[in-house]
Amino acid sequence: MSQHPTTYVPKSAFGKWFESRLPIAGLVHSSFIAFPVPRNLNYFWTFGAILVFMLISQIVTGVFLAMYYAPNASMAFQSVEHIMRDVNYGWLLRYLHANGASMFFVAVYIHIFRGLYYGSYKAPREILWILGVIIYGLMMATAFMGYVLPWGQMSYWGATVITNILAAIPVIGDTIQSLLWGGYSVGNPTLNRFFSIHYLLPFMIFGVVILHVWALHVPGQNNPTGVPIKSGKDAVPFTPYATIKDVFATVVFLIFFAYFVFYIPNFMGHADNYVPANPSVTPAHIVPEWYFLPFYAILRAIPDKLGGVIAMFASIAVLAFVPWLDTSRVRSTAYRPLYKQFFWILVADAVLLGWLGAKPPEGWYVIVSQVATAYYFIHFLVILPVLGFVERPLPLPNSILESVMGSKKHGAGMPAGANAEPQSKG
Amino acid sequence: MAETTTTLVEPTRRDFLYIATGAVAAVGAATLVWPFVQSLTPDAATVAAGAPVEIDLTPIVDGQIVKVFWRGKLIFIRNRTEAEIKAAEDVNVATLRDPQADSARVKEGHAKWLVVFGNCTHLGCVPLGHQGEYEGWFCPCHGSVFDTSGRVRGGPAPTNLPVPPYAFTSDTKIVIGQEVTA
Repeated sequence: MSQHPTTYVPKSAFGKWFESRLPIAGLVHSSFIAFPVPRNLNYFWTFGAILVFMLISQIVTGVFLAMYYAPNASMAFQSVEHIMRDVNYGWLLRYLHANGASMFFVAVYIHIFRGLYYGSYKAPREILWILGVIIYGLMMATAFMGYVLPWGQMSYWGATVITNILAAIPVIGDTIQSLLWGGYSVGNPTLNRFFSIHYLLPFMIFGVVILHVWALHVPGQNNPTGVPIKSGKDAVPFTPYATIKDVFATVVFLIFFAYFVFYIPNFMGHADNYVPANPSVTPAHIVPEWYFLPFYAILRAIPDKLGGVIAMFASIAVLAFVPWLDTSRVRSTAYRPLYKQFFWILVADAVLLGWLGAKPPEGWYVIVSQVATAYYFIHFLVILPVLGFVERPLPLPNSILESVMGSKKHGAGMPAGANAEPQSKG
Repeated sequence: MAETTTTLVEPTRRDFLYIATGAVAAVGAATLVWPFVQSLTPDAATVAAGAPVEIDLTPIVDGQIVKVFWRGKLIFIRNRTEAEIKAAEDVNVATLRDPQADSARVKEGHAKWLVVFGNCTHLGCVPLGHQGEYEGWFCPCHGSVFDTSGRVRGGPAPTNLPVPPYAFTSDTKIVIGQEVTA
């Protein structure tokens, strides 16, 4: 966008007339057609496009579901069953929406870990990264409120547990809780406002996504080497190269998505949520949706209510500080032999926390949760800053072109080791 | 920075008008937020539905826990057995996380009846009665343990199950929601 003045020249008379009044075609042309894209991007770079697709998919299915859904405590559960049984293709809309939320998180977790692996948060992309953390937070709020809407047992008790988390905040906690509830407990007013906010937040996400893409288009995309574009030979135009690759990746992702929707639509749900909300009975085992499990494990690992809440929020907030916690000047983990190992330990730690979040809070699960939680924070607050000083990174390629073409083109004249591990595509 | 002193300009009347206008706009915007936030608080119908409720205790047999609702909140009424009362009274209060004597959690002369809110003080799940190490309650969500006085004895819950405001109107009737009988 901003740094890439358009070279777009409208051909038709109408095009010229329109462009001189609203230069939107030029904006699209410079941002998504002529925009220079590193030639060595792998398929992990297609998840941005997949996420945009998922956001639009969620908004479209959600708008249609809202036409049939009744946000009232006495009708909500019935209206969801009405959607499933009576509304034409209502089952498809609901399964697309419910599984779409999970797919959205699958894609965003790959997207986030891609950013962590290739150092996409480092200067000059800090604002881009922080906008991403904000989007992630909005996504979590939206998903949580959406899960409350069917007003089943998990909806009700999930809402109760999460709103009670906020009551742990000193001084203002009770007020926040009361404003969320609109009563003395989770009830009809709560459902009403959650529906309203669940409808609002995706459009706020859309707004922040526009800022996110804008911030991306100022420095341009990072790439598997982390070496910036230095000449035209390092880049290819966005269209057709990135466009086609994004479309292909989205289609593959859709196959994965469709498998869940059509074959195992309730795989990621909970049977308890097909039981209407009952304030006098808690389900034997309250579990949040899978994408919240690592944070739920952190919450439960701390044997103190306020401490658990602080740790949970801190585990998300710490991501926003990663650009400054990582002291290494090398972006891509491909050239950081030590960090590479710690990166995969972090991935394993996050998966372990997710597994623990689904387990009952007893016995050795609690102890392992505490160790895993401690490691999570140690990774970001100790390992990441220290590694930048003690690690000796591998030599970087001189350019993206060199990393792609390797010795075939430049061969003899290269510094030792520069082409030792040429970045492979895909 | 020698220039600083020379560039100091006397504030003009226009500067004053800018600040005054901005201040009025800020106060106006802040004032307008008030009704929006207030609309989120419990509405009149919800408050009205939160009036005290009268409960007849006669059908509750020895050892039984009954669940009732007041203001949409779950309340346990427990008809405690002699053994349960004794277990609750024999605790060294100083060892508790939220120290409170059993006598402070029941009405004088009605030690049989324990009335407590039925949501765990950790994150609001409903604890299961007659379970856990002290045969009081056990919360299945995060493992909090409560004794027969509803006091926290283990797990992440920070405080005892709170006692709602209530009063005996006769030996077999209580009113939940008011402290003193009319």
